[in-house]
Amino acid sequence: MAEERKIVIPGETIVSGNSFLPSDGTYRDKDDVVAMRYGLASIDGQHVKVISLSGKYFPRRGNTVIGTIVDITMNGWLIDFGAPGKAFLSLNEVPRYINKNELRDFLDFGDSVVVKIWNIGARGIDVSMKMRGFGRIEDGMLMNVNPNKVPRIIGKEGSMVRLIRNATNCNLTVGQNGKVWVRGESLDGEINVKKIIEYIVKNSTINGLTEKVENFIKELGLNVIKENAPEVEEIEGEKIEDKEVNEIEEKNVEENE
Amino acid sequence: MVESLYKIRIDGRQFDELRPIKTKVGIIPSADGSAMFETGGTRAIAAVRGPRTLHPQHMQDSKTGVLRVSYGMMPFSVWDRIRPGPSRRSEEISKVCEWALSSVLDLSAFPNSVVDVFIQIPQADAGTRVAGLNAAALALADAGLPMREMISAIAVGKCDKTLIVDVDKAEEDFHEGEGPTDIPVAITSRTKNVSLLQLDGKISVKELAEVIEMAKLACDKILEAQMNALKERNGGTDDE
Repeated sequence: MAEERKIVIPGETIVSGNSFLPSDGTYRDKDDVVAMRYGLASIDGQHVKVISLSGKYFPRRGNTVIGTIVDITMNGWLIDFGAPGKAFLSLNEVPRYINKNELRDFLDFGDSVVVKIWNIGARGIDVSMKMRGFGRIEDGMLMNVNPNKVPRIIGKEGSMVRLIRNATNCNLTVGQNGKVWVRGESLDGEINVKKIIEYIVKNSTINGLTEKVENFIKELGLNVIKENAPEVEEIEGEKIEDKEVNEIEEKNVEENE
Repeated sequence: MVESLYKIRIDGRQFDELRPIKTKVGIIPSADGSAMFETGGTRAIAAVRGPRTLHPQHMQDSKTGVLRVSYGMMPFSVWDRIRPGPSRRSEEISKVCEWALSSVLDLSAFPNSVVDVFIQIPQADAGTRVAGLNAAALALADAGLPMREMISAIAVGKCDKTLIVDVDKAEEDFHEGEGPTDIPVAITSRTKNVSLLQLDGKISVKELAEVIEMAKLACDKILEAQMNALKERNGGTDDE
């Protein structure tokens, strides 16, 4: 991670120079690149951006989110996932054919779903559940965390999620909107996941978080397994490459075994 | 030049000295952003909710988000009692604060939605609208909303012929000579534009220019306090 990260406030100059390009949460004022949001400034080559530290979840394209069905229309469902406005899940964006009169049989009011944002337009947010790993939540436990801490829970290329999954034998899906779906064979495992996630959120600003979490897992009386053991259902959102990298890694591990 | 009747400030401050400032960000966990700003005996708290869908629908703007500010003094904020609920004064202050804040806030990414800012004054000793504005700017930044710059505000006043910074209640009630004048000013942090300017009393054009210069200097100090409050926020573990 870049060392030169500092907290900036709106209107504060991050860097000066015409070679820098203002990215997320910044704007150009003559020679300066200025913060437009409160958060951590990060300079990645030419690109300057501000990573938000607090506030609401702002949806972005490609994000995996977990929401609740709040309304059913003629040709789809409306989903609330804690963002301004509701998302629309079209009949065409579900994995199998549904009769227009039987929408409720597939997804009913109050059902929780894992969906992907595929478009954000002037009319609203469109979501899809056509890929593997998306769909209705049947069992397990849902927990809420601060959406700004989600990157820490996922870790670098999903490393933290893998760590938790291997230690507790539970599957977890992290929604970018700060909702985490945990499902394991036993309630004890799920509760352990909850404890670990709460620990991560509480200590998210500490350096060397992975090591701290490993120690915490040991404290809970669990084993830290470095390699991937169970079959993995990976949905990290944010970057699709991450998912691919993980899958390649998993294949390698299997081959080694 | 005729000497002013107001020679020493009642609380012993210099004429350009601010009251001691205390700030804290993230005081209301359930809000999307919140802050407290205190100068001397005046304390303001602000909470931000949103962006969220605006109802009734006819108030929505399909091009940009809407900012809504509500200012209110708590019944126990003064020695006597303030009648709770909206009043002519609180409606006016809500509106001017809304205008002052909307000049830096960019809600174009949130069409059809509203950002609500609630300013409450638990304790008042003059300068409540500027304290409220300082708290509101902090709370909006804490909510992670896009703002071109911060806002800092201060009340500059005049007792008889003396210009004073950060007026308190006793000075606001100084009725000798030319009497009291109260000028709340809000300055943006980067471009140093004036985003709020009100005048209660009498002042010459020349003196008003001086007042704005004094306000700019004072707002630099307030901005520093606001900046520290935001930078310290993440150090604490209570942010959630």
